[in-house]
Order: sequence, then C-alpha cells, then structure tokens
Amino acid sequence: MQTANVAPPGAPEPWRDPEAEPYVRIIGVTKRYGATVAVDDVSLDIYRGELFCLLGGSGSGKTTLLRMLAGFERPDQGRILIDGQDVAAVPPYARPVNMMFQSYALFPHMTVAQNVAFGLRMEGLPRAEIAARVGAMLDLVRLTGLERRRPHELSGGQRQRVALARSLVKRPKLLLLDEPLGALDKSLREQTQFELVNIQERTGITFIMVTHDQEEAMTMATRLAVMHHGYLAQVGTPAEVYEYPQTRLVAEFLGTANVFEGIVTKAGATGALVESTEFDAVFESDTDPPKPVGARVFVAVRPEKMRVRKAAEGERAGTNRLVGAVRDIAYYGDFFMFVVDLPDGRSVRVSQPNLARVTELPITWGDRVAVDWPPLATVVLPE
Amino acid sequence: MSWRLPAGRTLVLALPFAWLGLFFLFPFLIVARIALSEAALGIPPYAPLLRRDEQGTLAIVLNLGAFALLVEDSFYLDAYLRSLRVASLSALLCLLAGYPMAYAIARAPERRRNLLLLLVVLPFWTSFLLRVMAWIGLLADNGVVNNILLGLGLVTEPLRLLYTETALYLGIVYCYLPFMVLPLYANLVKLDPALLEAASDLGARPWRAFLAVTLPLSLPGILAGFMLVFIPAVGEFVIPELLGGPDAQLIGRVLWTEFFQNRDWPMASALAVVLLLLLVLPIAWFQHLQGRAGGGR
Amino acid sequence: MSGRLGRLWIALGVGYAFLYIPIALLVVLSFNDSRLVTLWTGFSLRWYAALWHNDALVTAAWLSVRIAAVAATGATALGTAAGFALARFGAFRGRSLFGAMVAAPLVMPEVITGLSLLLLFVALAEAVGWPGERGVTTVTIAHITFATAYVAVVVQSRLSDFDRSLEEAALDLGARPWRVFLLITLPLIAPALAAGWLLAFTLSLDDLVIASFTSGPGASTLPMVVFSALKLGLTPELFALATVIIVVVSFGLALALRLGRVASARVGG
Repeated sequence: MQTANVAPPGAPEPWRDPEAEPYVRIIGVTKRYGATVAVDDVSLDIYRGELFCLLGGSGSGKTTLLRMLAGFERPDQGRILIDGQDVAAVPPYARPVNMMFQSYALFPHMTVAQNVAFGLRMEGLPRAEIAARVGAMLDLVRLTGLERRRPHELSGGQRQRVALARSLVKRPKLLLLDEPLGALDKSLREQTQFELVNIQERTGITFIMVTHDQEEAMTMATRLAVMHHGYLAQVGTPAEVYEYPQTRLVAEFLGTANVFEGIVTKAGATGALVESTEFDAVFESDTDPPKPVGARVFVAVRPEKMRVRKAAEGERAGTNRLVGAVRDIAYYGDFFMFVVDLPDGRSVRVSQPNLARVTELPITWGDRVAVDWPPLATVVLPE
Repeated sequence: MSWRLPAGRTLVLALPFAWLGLFFLFPFLIVARIALSEAALGIPPYAPLLRRDEQGTLAIVLNLGAFALLVEDSFYLDAYLRSLRVASLSALLCLLAGYPMAYAIARAPERRRNLLLLLVVLPFWTSFLLRVMAWIGLLADNGVVNNILLGLGLVTEPLRLLYTETALYLGIVYCYLPFMVLPLYANLVKLDPALLEAASDLGARPWRAFLAVTLPLSLPGILAGFMLVFIPAVGEFVIPELLGGPDAQLIGRVLWTEFFQNRDWPMASALAVVLLLLLVLPIAWFQHLQGRAGGGR
Repeated sequence: MSGRLGRLWIALGVGYAFLYIPIALLVVLSFNDSRLVTLWTGFSLRWYAALWHNDALVTAAWLSVRIAAVAATGATALGTAAGFALARFGAFRGRSLFGAMVAAPLVMPEVITGLSLLLLFVALAEAVGWPGERGVTTVTIAHITFATAYVAVVVQSRLSDFDRSLEEAALDLGARPWRVFLLITLPLIAPALAAGWLLAFTLSLDDLVIASFTSGPGASTLPMVVFSALKLGLTPELFALATVIIVVVSFGLALALRLGRVASARVGG
C-alpha cells in the first residue's frame, strides 16, 4: 500500500528538524457558519516541497480549510502565513497560491491553450512568454496537440490535466488540490496518482491536497492530516498515522482495525499488559508509550497483522490470542477476510494474504479458530 | 463574494430597485389615492385629495363614493364574480389541454423535447392581437367555420359562434395555453421514470401509478401553471372585448370602459384597487414560488 | 403502455393543431383575392401591396419597433442587474420587497399596470412638470418597467445554474473581480441576455393595453392601430400584416436559435 511515502534514505524530513522554517503556517484558525463550526482551532505547519494531504469525510472541514488558504473564505479567528506573509487581507487574485478545483472549473468558452494562458494574461506577461510557458506546461502534462480543443471535447483525464496545467503555469508558491482525482474512474486514478507525485517532484512546488480517499492520501502524501468535525485528529507521515494511530477514530478511519477496551494491568518502559474488560483475554504490547496501571484504554490490532488457524482441542483465549467461530469469509482476490465471532457476541476481523491458488481453504464457515498476533502488532491507543 | 466592493453592489441593486419602486410600486399608491377622490370635469378628471376649504384650513377629503357605488351597483360585483369564474374555468381547461401535452413532451426522446417545447411557445412570440383576430376569422357569422358548415350543407344558416361564452373560453385557452404547458413540463421532465417503473413493479396499473405517483409529484407544476393562467386572465381585456359578447363584462373590460369611455378615473382606480386586493394572495403566493425556484439552489 | 403513449401523442397532436390552425389560417387568407376576408376567391398578393401603402399601419409599425428596441435594451440592463441582485446578493435588507417588485409584473393584470403608470405620469406632470406630454417616452418607460421582470427571471435562472467555481478559478488565477465579470461571467450568460432582450422586444411590440393607457395623442403603436381597425371589422391588410409578422418572427427565432446553438456548442452546453 505504501510506495511513494517510503522515504529513500537521506530524504529530507523537515518536520523532524526543529530548526526548519515552515513554509505554510496555519495558526489557531477557526471558521464558523452560523452555529456550525466548520474548522475548529486548527494549527498546522507545512514545509517547502511537501505533498500534504488533508484527509477526512464530508463535513470534516478539509475543503473549508483549503478555501481559506486560497482566499475564498476568511478565517473568523487565527492567522495564515504563506512563506512568512500573513495573507488574511490578501484577496484570492493577489495570493501566490493557485487552486485546482474539484469540478476542474475549466472555462467552457475558451480553448485548452486559452484556459492555461488565462493566469499569465492576468499577470500581463508578454505574448511570446505566455506562449512559451503554456507550450512547456502542456508538454509537461502531455497535452501537446490539443491546444485548440474546448473543454467539452476532452476526456475526463485530459480535463484533469488541463486543470492541473492551468494552476501550475503561474508557478505558485503553493498549489491547492481539491479532490484532484475524485472525478476519474478507478483505473485512471491510480496512474494519475503517480503522475501527480511525479509532477510535484519535478516542479518542486508545495502541494496541499484534499481527499476523502485514504488510499490516495497514503500513497501520495509526504505527510497527512486526518480531519474530523473541523479539528485535526492526527498529523504525521502515512506510516506514522497508520502504524501509530493516536485515537480510536484514526485507527478505524485509516484502514481497518479491531478495537478492544481494557484496563492496564502492567506497564513497562515501553509497552503494557492490558486486560480486556469485554472478554477473558490479555493484550500485550511492547512499543507504545507507557500508561499508568489501572487506566482504561482502547487497544487496536489491524486484521493483516493477525494470524488465523484452526483452534486446538480445548484451546482458550489468552495473551494476544482470541478463540471463536468463523461467521464469514470474504474473498477479495488478493486476500481473504475472516469474520470470527467471539463467545461474548463481539467479532474480530482477520485477513490472510492469498498466497497460492486455492479454491478450498483449510478453514471454512463455522470452524472454531484461534486468532493470534505478536506484541508488536498491538497498539495501545494513547487517548 | 465578500471581497466585492459594497459600492458596486449597491449600484447594481439600487438601479432596478429605484426604477421598479418609482414606476411599479409607487403608482399603486397613486391609484389608491385617486380611488378615494371625487370625479370632476377637467384635466385630470378628479378632484384633489388635499384642498383648502373656505376658511383656508387644509383638509383631506376622502371620498368613498367610488367604493360605495362598487358595492351598491350589482353590475360591478357581477363583473368581479364573472371574471373569477371565467379565469378559473379557463385555467382548468388549460390544465386539461396542457397536462397531456406537457406529459407527452416530457416523455419524448430527449433530443426532440426542445423542438416540441418550442412549438408550444412559438405562437406566443407572434402578435397576440392578430392571433385573436384569427379566431374572429374562424368564428364570425361569415367566418371559415360557418362557411365550411354551410358549404357541406350541415347547417342552413350560420351558427352564432363569435361573441359567445364559447368564443371567450376558446380565446383565453388559446392565448394562455403555453403558460400552462411550460411550468408543467418543467416539473414533469424532472420526474424520475424509475418512480413509475417502481410503482408498476409493485403492481400498480398505469392509471393507478399516474394517480398515485405522477399527479401528486406534479402538483407544484399544476399550481404554478394554474396561477400563471388564472391571474392575468382575471384582468384580461382584449379577448372579452373582441371575442366575447356584450354581456362578457369582465372586470378588465369594465375598468377600460370606465376609464376611456366614461372618463371616471376614481371609479377605474377603485376597480383596480379591489381587483388588486382580490389578486394579492395569489400573486404573493406566486412570488413565493418564484423566490423558492430562484433561491433554491 | 403503448396504447397509453399513443393516446398521449394524439393529445399532443390535437394541442398543436389547436395552436397552429388559426395561425395557418392567417397566412392562407392573407393571399386571398377577395375583400371579404374569409371567402376564398383566388390567390393574390394585392393585400401586401395595400399593406405597404397603408401609412397608418407602416408608421405605427416603425414606431413600435423603435419603442421595442429601446425598451428591450433598457429592460435588459435593469433586468440583468435585478437578476444578479436576486441570484447573488444573498439576504440583503429589502430583499423580499425587491423580489416582489421583480416578480409581480409577470402576473399583474395589464389594466392595473397601465392605469397605475398613467396616473403616475399625470401626477408627475402636475408635481414636477414632467412628462410634459405623454407619448413615445412614457410608453417606453412603461414597457421597460414590465419587461424588466421577464429579463430578471431569465437572468436569475441562468445564474442559479451557473458554476460559481468558474469565477473562483478566474479569481484564483489573478483576475480582479471586474475582469472576472467581463471575461468569464458575461460571455457565459450572454445567451440568457440575448433571450431576455428578444423576449422584452416581443412583449413591447405586442402590448396593447399598457400602451393605450400610457400613450398620448400622435403616438399610436402598432397594436393600438390594429385594435381600432379590428373594432371596425376584419380587413385583408391585417391578415397580410399578421403573415409578415409571423415570417419575421420565425426568421428571427431561427436565427436566435442558431446563434444560441453555436454559443452552447462553444461552451459545450
């Protein structure tokens, strides 16, 4: 699942460097519409050259935050600094920021070339320079030859690339992308993900992208922020957020997670023992920050980190081991997902990679199975 | 667009606001004022409302004479009732004729719909008076219909068609039919055909499906169309004047006569005030619909 | 189902016959040689020649066309502003009054509009000495007033389907608000403005009642002249006039549609 974000050795990670100067600073920004708080006291630093993803469901405030960066909405409280400049009073047409709209917002009465040239015309650049820059940009997004077409004569993918070209050609300090892949079909989307990352790396422009698609955010982002009800639930690299979710919400929003409730019975320097309050089992973790004994906590385990096998005669739940009966088996092609009913009425999801061509699994519906996992897979959620 | 200069906005708003205020809203106040003054010989033919009496004190002279006459003389009351009856029956006839048309156009293949709709609207773009004239040509004693009937030997002497109630209704329905079809079409075309399929899948025969699904959902279109025909038809002048008989005294025609022939401006104004009061509710309701349609998205 | 659909098509056909037979009749009878309009005696163009030489009708027609052109232009300007205010300004003070003033002329009986405007002009003449005499100016003002409502509705409905992100994109690319309006908004709503203008033009050209109230001596519009002629009886010239109007309107609409189609093809509509 993670390709683009796996940092090659030595790749810059400015957010780990306390000396590094943030490029975009969002400081205590709040936006209300009547009684609803769309964006709730959000503070966020984004560094030069990042491809930062705002990830969240509808109504999470991610688009409002993006529109405040573009200048279409004004924060009720807080400040936004771009490259050191406070942009609160700067109207959208004077900001060094460009946006790629979810609907693309291509001007229907202009050709591809006129659309791309629009921003440069507004700057009053000489004709020759406009032509050269538009040509180079259309080359970058592989649209050479389509200059004289109008938007309705293009395919969805081509329109998407015109929108990208139009917003990039002004060489903004910051490019905002509102669900840039949302209107494309699935097969085109994956290819376009790589293209976008590629173009971002080649141009070096800082991208802030809004998406509701977690897979898209995971594969493309240098870092991502999970937004929920207007606040930032967690910020980090995709791997950090996936492997070390801070809250139950984040654990369940990104990927799938089995979440259990328990009480800390033993706490080490790292890791803990947590006794389930739901059934007779103990969760052992060995990498999490310590928690006080007696604290009520949530524990998360991801399905792909668990193993399922037929239970031995009389086998019972124990440390990092649950026992139950298979209720459902879903075939996804690349993996199987088992839903195992536990004796107390809860169930747990376990996935197993499809390593061979098997039509008959050794495990079938109704089988008593044991599910277990190593301590490294147990996440004791900090909150 | 909170960044737009308020000054520009104010100008954009102020121009039509001022124009309509001066030339549409304000005149109603004048009508109301003149309805309350006495008829007088002269130019303009009404007595001023504010005048000095013999002692030189300023007095407001309210004259309810026009309104009193309006109530006392059953001629006016009858004209109002006749107008309401003719307008509502005409709107109903338009609905009966227009609903199947709008429904058929909405169910037509998509690329044909615009043409079919255009054919409904097209007559509206040609002269209203001359279309009414065509009906005179059709219905007159020596008109086309009678010529054909006589020629075929179906009748021995011309039928009296023109200057009858039939001619009046034919004329109104003919002229206002597009106003019924357009809102009905706009409503029916948005109706998801899957709803009817679902109804029929659940066992409703076509007529039941129509009564249970299409008709209730098209109610807003029906009401809008009804209002668009009813309101202007209440005050219609030309059609009763040219096609209706001497007894087709609808209120628009009565008002015209009071104004142009009797030169009784206060009476004409009083008639207008009462007509407006009659129509205020339907007009306000229409405006409410209009506002919802405009501000809905 | 097919039987029911069949009946629907018959209803549609009957409806079109009802709408078009009288119009066809106007055209056919305009070529009738007889002075008795409705009795066919033979083909002739004589009534077109008579129409051409009927000074009263020709003068009135030109007057009406001039009034309609000015009124349509004025109504398009005011109606566009009103449509913009209603579609874009959100909830401003006096919005419901403004909305009522814009929508009400659509359904206001013409006799009321006409009477009230006339009384306004009389009162104004008394109070400020303007308008000195009623005629072309007062009719034009009256026509602008009621046609503004139609234009406003057309413009408002076009703006309500307008994709606001197009304007935001232009702003984002560095266009100041007035350039956004000129380069993006105006070209995209131009077909609606043209439709509004045509509608206002036709309404003005066609109006009898309001013009009768607000006009004065020496300024008789075409419908006023036609109406007084009709009161005296049908004349073949009027049928020729009707045919000329039908032909001109058909050509005008066909041209407008063609232009509209080109425009919408250009914007992919």
